[in-house]
Amino acid sequence: MQEFKTIEVTTDLLIIGPGMAGSGACVEGAYWADKNDVKMAVVDKAAMERSGAVGMGLSAINQYQGENTPVDYLSYVRQDLMGLCRDDLVMDISRHVNGSVHMFEGYGLPIWKDPEGNYVHEGRWQLMINGESYKAIVAEAGKNAVGMDNIFERVFITQLLLDKNDKNRVAGAIGFSVRDPEIYVFRFKACIVSAGGAVHVFKPRSTGEGLGRAWYPPWNAGSSSYLCTTAGAEMTSQEVVFIPGRFKDGYGPVGAWFLLFKAAATSATGFNYMAEGLAEGGELHNWPPYGEVKPIPTCLRNHLMMIEMYEKGDGPIFIHTDKAIAKLAETAPDEKAYKKELKKLEAEAWEDFLDMTISQAVLWAAKDVFPEEGPSEIMPSEPYFIGSHSGASGAWCSGPEDIQTEDSKNEYFWGYNRMTTVKGLFAAGDGVGISSHKFSSGSFTEGRIAAKAAVKYCVENPDMPEIDNAEVEKLKEQLLLPLKHYEAHKDYTTLGTATKKYDLPVEEVNPNYITPKMAIFRLNKIMDEYVAGWGTNYTCSATTLNIALDLIKLLKEDLPKLAARNLHELMRCWENVHRVQIAEAHARHKLYREETRWPGYYYRSDFRKMNEDQWGKVFVNSVYDAENDEFRMLKRPIIHLVDIKQVVGM
Amino acid sequence: MPSFVIDEKCDGCKGGDKTACMYICPNDLMVLDVDRMKAYNAEPDMCWECYNCVKICPTQAVEVRGYADFTPLGASVVPMRGSEDIMWTVKFRGGTIKRFKFPIRTTPEGEAKPDGGFGVGSGTLDDQLLFTEPASLKADKLWTLGD
Repeated sequence: MQEFKTIEVTTDLLIIGPGMAGSGACVEGAYWADKNDVKMAVVDKAAMERSGAVGMGLSAINQYQGENTPVDYLSYVRQDLMGLCRDDLVMDISRHVNGSVHMFEGYGLPIWKDPEGNYVHEGRWQLMINGESYKAIVAEAGKNAVGMDNIFERVFITQLLLDKNDKNRVAGAIGFSVRDPEIYVFRFKACIVSAGGAVHVFKPRSTGEGLGRAWYPPWNAGSSSYLCTTAGAEMTSQEVVFIPGRFKDGYGPVGAWFLLFKAAATSATGFNYMAEGLAEGGELHNWPPYGEVKPIPTCLRNHLMMIEMYEKGDGPIFIHTDKAIAKLAETAPDEKAYKKELKKLEAEAWEDFLDMTISQAVLWAAKDVFPEEGPSEIMPSEPYFIGSHSGASGAWCSGPEDIQTEDSKNEYFWGYNRMTTVKGLFAAGDGVGISSHKFSSGSFTEGRIAAKAAVKYCVENPDMPEIDNAEVEKLKEQLLLPLKHYEAHKDYTTLGTATKKYDLPVEEVNPNYITPKMAIFRLNKIMDEYVAGWGTNYTCSATTLNIALDLIKLLKEDLPKLAARNLHELMRCWENVHRVQIAEAHARHKLYREETRWPGYYYRSDFRKMNEDQWGKVFVNSVYDAENDEFRMLKRPIIHLVDIKQVVGM
Repeated sequence: MPSFVIDEKCDGCKGGDKTACMYICPNDLMVLDVDRMKAYNAEPDMCWECYNCVKICPTQAVEVRGYADFTPLGASVVPMRGSEDIMWTVKFRGGTIKRFKFPIRTTPEGEAKPDGGFGVGSGTLDDQLLFTEPASLKADKLWTLGD
């Protein structure tokens, strides 16, 4: 095995994961850091130019308040999450987000404008953009703020380090370069974890080459959750997954089709399940109060779809793109204008895919699909963890001081905005729990909020925490264990003799270790079959969840036997360690909340109804004790800061 | 569909300071075979088809073939990314060809200023204002509870 050298970096504030949230942290943090003589560094598993969930691009900005108030936005978010959100966190982002969007435009992001020069809205909160270079442009602003000398790319952080003298204070982080034999040890006063949500925890619907075509990027492996959880930070709402309904197989976005083009979706035989669900006596009235008002919450839209597909057998679900386009073009005054309008709509529809889900364009071209000629199938995806969308998993964080009531101040505020329950450990974006519907612009905004607060923390806590060097040495060994296992045991079994064109990865069978690919499949199978994946029509019970926990325990015992043939696979090994942690937390949260609150995300077959009295006023939180490998479950109160008189729609 | 590299078009970016596809891939999939100076996708089933390797390749050696487990053969979607816009050529299995051109940015590359042109506002470390506010909000003040 190669010799690894250790690179030590000492700074004041470290940003872990400069996606949209981390880029916001760079932009904002650099200003306050410079002003207050605070040092700042950034670490990215990939290259910042295209890292994170927006790396491919986006066709819309999903959070822009315009003239609406933060209370309006809160009404929509609370409704969509079936009542569960932190009012302070949601309204905090909402009040700042316009400014971030205006800055994007200043950076050079093309935002659609109407002939009067106003932004073109996709829906009430959504703006249409030419977003192919969205991340590249925003990352550029972040890089220009921090300076490339302070940015470490292709370094994967595997664990946080705690203060030797105060186990509830963060002191550093350890990781490795995925390109060179180097271990990195960062020492700092504070860090912001904005390392994304998690995908490939559940079994994807495509399991061959299309394994990578998840709705959310395959490189998001639950690192935010792992880093915070294992540092002892309290986590919240890990049961709230997100399942988007998307164009089948390619996962192309449906937002523009539903909101901009006003397309309708029906079952195979034409049943308009959303309209019928809302109508008197419809299914949605079984889920009061959230089912009874528009907009229909995301999970309930899935729920209606699933009834058609799984209960009635009237699938697949069709989105009627042809009818929507015909109706829009109909308004043209003559044949020439009609053709022109049709061409414009066609370009807009294709851009929607080409900006953010190119696979869907490839799939339509390969199947000779013309959206103006016929409908397309939509399908609920596998479950994901994404705190920035209609999911809610993440760290339990302090909110802003000024958006609190007397009651909430004791529960939701502890000194520094977006700090977790561990001193100096901040989170942003998909890393923050129960602060949903922030999307790209709100994540960037949350990164800014966290960065300003983290600089303040550094100023007010100027002494450098101390790292336990013995602990670091132990972690270094642990970090490289998969490479060692491979070296030690690789010659035990044969590998075939065919001459290979390149050193392509081949699955090896060896009783002494497991490859990262097999570890992910093992986890996927457990989650799919026992924790409400698509294979069980998203259904679980206490019985199946307990079986899952038993199997996860066995998997965790085997994780120290992961093997890696190179640095890339070493990254895959540690990504899977991260995934298993959020998988276990998720199963425990699901088991603890004895109700079905988000039908369409998951069903508890032993508690089929929503129980507003027992579970409608609480968040489910957990704290992990790394030393004893134990989770402690707890409830935190939902405190409403404002009364919602009317739900404002999309 | 995962990206693939056309052997005769790839020169491993030998004239550049880095192998472009290997530099950009967010999932660390592209690898340079230094003996042959050819890059390849080393883990196709973890490819998101984000096209960043395709867009960045200076010799147009990288393309994408749709995921083999559900995409029929014969189509292609090929971008040409410039400094201001991107041109897409979509070739259908049945032979139809469509071309689309979209803008990608309105400022010269490299010139995104962190403040977005709004300058520094009036905030201090102890209040709620972010550094460009209130100017970047295009409002007089920042909203708070009770407003």
